[in-house]
Amino acid sequence: MIIKENIALSENGFVFNPSTGDSFTLNNTGKEVLMMIKDGKNLSQIADLMLVRYDADRVTIERYLEDFLNDLSLNNLMEE
Amino acid sequence: MAKLIFERPTITRLTPGVPSKHGVGTAIAPMPLIEGIKVDDLMDKYGSPLSIFSERTIQKGMEDIKRAFSIRYPKVQMAWSYKTNYMDAICRIFHKEGSWAEVVSGFEYEKALRNGVRGENIIFNGPAKNAAELEKAVRNGSFIHIDHLDELYLLSDVCHRQNLEARVAVRVNMDIGIYPKWDRFGLNYENGEAWDVINRIMINPKMKLMGLHTHIGTYIMSTDAYRIAATKLADLACNIAQKFDHYISYIDMGGGFASKNTLRGAFLSGEDTTPSFDEYAEAITSAIINSQIKPDKLPTLILETGRALIDNAGFTTGSVIANKRLSDSRRATIVDVGVNLLFTSFWYDHKIHPVNSHSGLVEETTIYGPLCMNIDVIRPSLMFPALKSGDRFVITRTGAYNTTQWMQFITYRPNVILIDHNREVHVIRKGETLEDISHNEEIPEYLK
Amino acid sequence: MTALRKVTVAVTGLNNIDSPGPGIPVIRGLKESKEFDLRIIGLAYEHLEPGIYMSDLVDKTYMIPYPAEGKDVLFNRLVEIYQKEKLDAIIPNFDAELFSFIKLEKKLEESGIKTYLPSLEQFEERNKSNLPAYGEKYGVNVPSGTEVFSISDLDNTLKSMNYPVMIKGKYYDAFKAFSLEQAVSYFTNMSEKWGLPVIVQEFIRGTEVNVIALGDGKGNLIAAVPMRKQYITDKGKAWGGITIDDKSMLDLAKKIISKTKWKGGMELELIRTTDNKLYLLEINPRIPAWVYLAVGAGQNIPEALLKLTLGMDVKPYTKYDFGKMFVRYSYDMIVDLELFSRLTTTGEL
Repeated sequence: MIIKENIALSENGFVFNPSTGDSFTLNNTGKEVLMMIKDGKNLSQIADLMLVRYDADRVTIERYLEDFLNDLSLNNLMEE
Repeated sequence: MAKLIFERPTITRLTPGVPSKHGVGTAIAPMPLIEGIKVDDLMDKYGSPLSIFSERTIQKGMEDIKRAFSIRYPKVQMAWSYKTNYMDAICRIFHKEGSWAEVVSGFEYEKALRNGVRGENIIFNGPAKNAAELEKAVRNGSFIHIDHLDELYLLSDVCHRQNLEARVAVRVNMDIGIYPKWDRFGLNYENGEAWDVINRIMINPKMKLMGLHTHIGTYIMSTDAYRIAATKLADLACNIAQKFDHYISYIDMGGGFASKNTLRGAFLSGEDTTPSFDEYAEAITSAIINSQIKPDKLPTLILETGRALIDNAGFTTGSVIANKRLSDSRRATIVDVGVNLLFTSFWYDHKIHPVNSHSGLVEETTIYGPLCMNIDVIRPSLMFPALKSGDRFVITRTGAYNTTQWMQFITYRPNVILIDHNREVHVIRKGETLEDISHNEEIPEYLK
Repeated sequence: MTALRKVTVAVTGLNNIDSPGPGIPVIRGLKESKEFDLRIIGLAYEHLEPGIYMSDLVDKTYMIPYPAEGKDVLFNRLVEIYQKEKLDAIIPNFDAELFSFIKLEKKLEESGIKTYLPSLEQFEERNKSNLPAYGEKYGVNVPSGTEVFSISDLDNTLKSMNYPVMIKGKYYDAFKAFSLEQAVSYFTNMSEKWGLPVIVQEFIRGTEVNVIALGDGKGNLIAAVPMRKQYITDKGKAWGGITIDDKSMLDLAKKIISKTKWKGGMELELIRTTDNKLYLLEINPRIPAWVYLAVGAGQNIPEALLKLTLGMDVKPYTKYDFGKMFVRYSYDMIVDLELFSRLTTTGEL
């Protein structure tokens, strides 16, 4: 689970992919997750951290994390 | 520290032409409460989906429309349009607020009687009244609005055979300069048909001409159309007075006032463009007052306003079933409210609010209902926050036509509740069960 | 020397693209005023409106919600902006947003923000779909036209018309159709984009000429400059134009402004036929994008509009230079991604 190295993520949740020229915006949770991925955390570590912070169960959090990762891949932001 | 609400993480590609949250933002404010009651509590108790009506909103609407008309015109009578919403509790609220009943079928007529409306306070409209229904209405002293010449003959026949006298009005259609022109109901003004029928009624000893009626269409945004229609009816009334020395007792302007919903395809929001009751009232009353009708002979003005009074008072709440990506990468959200419950999504861009707060970031979303049919689309495209399975939402302004035109297709229709003027909650229509749906069915012996 | 009056003005229509909005030319006019020390606030709907990035003309830009979201949403956003910028005035430049701004006029005024707009009646009356009635009421030649609401409607209407016909959107866009198929495709396109009705208009052959005009709401013509389009793009926009000495056009502008008591800027789109008759095709209820030509010809209409907005006395312009030309050009700015990122995530720049 590695995000492409050249992906730029700004403080305010703006993402730019220099290889494709696409830009994106993230919601707050999306920004947090992407930052943690950049920090090298894996899915279960991210879920652990989010479980502490958010009012949701593990199954729900993991399900939407998977979904989000899938979106990142679809948008060409992850290393294959 | 209290935990934060978990919003599913989203990433949205920026596409030219698609606004970010600052382009739309506040329009999708969360809606945790209806009439001060937590939507979550209501849905926990009464299920999802759920149809909710607010008595206070109905009362407020009635107050507004009565004020708008009565400050401009001496005699105004409301008549509740049953077809817009004929749940007994809803009808009774309108009757309690002083409305007569306006019905368009034998079924609705029976409903009105059962709701305690006196026969002489029922207006019987519609193109398909049969002899038995007509006879009953005549005996009850109801106002029968003649839709076509054949009905006039049928009614005349009923009255002669039973030796009864009918109180009638003529439904008139006319060119009022708007599209679409509604000329399938009633008798035409321009080609003289309406005048012809009026003459036949006036010389028929078994009929008493009480009023003139028109219903110019539905969701009419032009107050000028009402002004023209009222002018034409007032002219007819003058002609009747002149020729027969007969003064009709009412002019019925029908319904058709727009609610604040936004029509599909409209560029501007219905909240901005819909005329107020005052604007409609000004157009209609000034046309009648400024006509040649003598001031002491001014007829009662009847209004059959339905949609504009009940749409705002109805809410449909539901839950997200699933999210998926479409082939063009658009987000699709599947919810448990379909066109079976929200027939009006075929012509409105209904506003949808999440029950709970969200980050404000929105993405282009298609909202599908739960039915196995392709046309089950609640919103083809809107900017919507990221809801997850089980998240709840409120669709506003769903009170008109949905509980009369809904479909029992592949599933049960849900509970309908009323939040009354004291904020007490009542179930006014129980959610359906298998027994409700099948109890009229019969199985032939050999299949048992 | 006395200090210039400090004024903060918000302007919409920063889409200075190939079919440009009037915002940037309006700002250029304002900036040339010798009476004001101006702070210009841009109001934008989309992230790529070029004006947002023209920092020499626009001091700060805020994203605002589309008119379809309703006037209350717009009002709340404007109040938010007012709290930061103490706006004195707003000059809206899009047809499609005017309805909302007109409806908000009073509320904005009460909040301290001035506008200078036609009344709702004036605005509705000159609506494309009301043009035939307008022509009759004010004694102006107009092409015959019909509103259509459906394809079958369109089909019916076209049976009694000769091709080509003009197919026009409720707010913007006009296309010449030479066949039913073309008309249907434009109809579909236009109804999706701008809603119903779509207007079908008789096509009048001739030269396209325009007048920009400013009315004070009491029937006085404050400024007016006639122009002939010299080159028209495939979108029907003037790419080059020249001011002309045409009294009949000025008279028409004067007649319309005085009879309707129009308040604010307007553009008359006219056709001069070969037999020298003027037909009114459309009245745009705001300043057109070519306004800077009028400034160049000696009538600073944006400045006059701002003065009227602020309640100052404005002496009517009586002359302009004819034979002044404009040639429009496009220009590629280099924009830092950081600016775009800030705008898309915070809604202001």
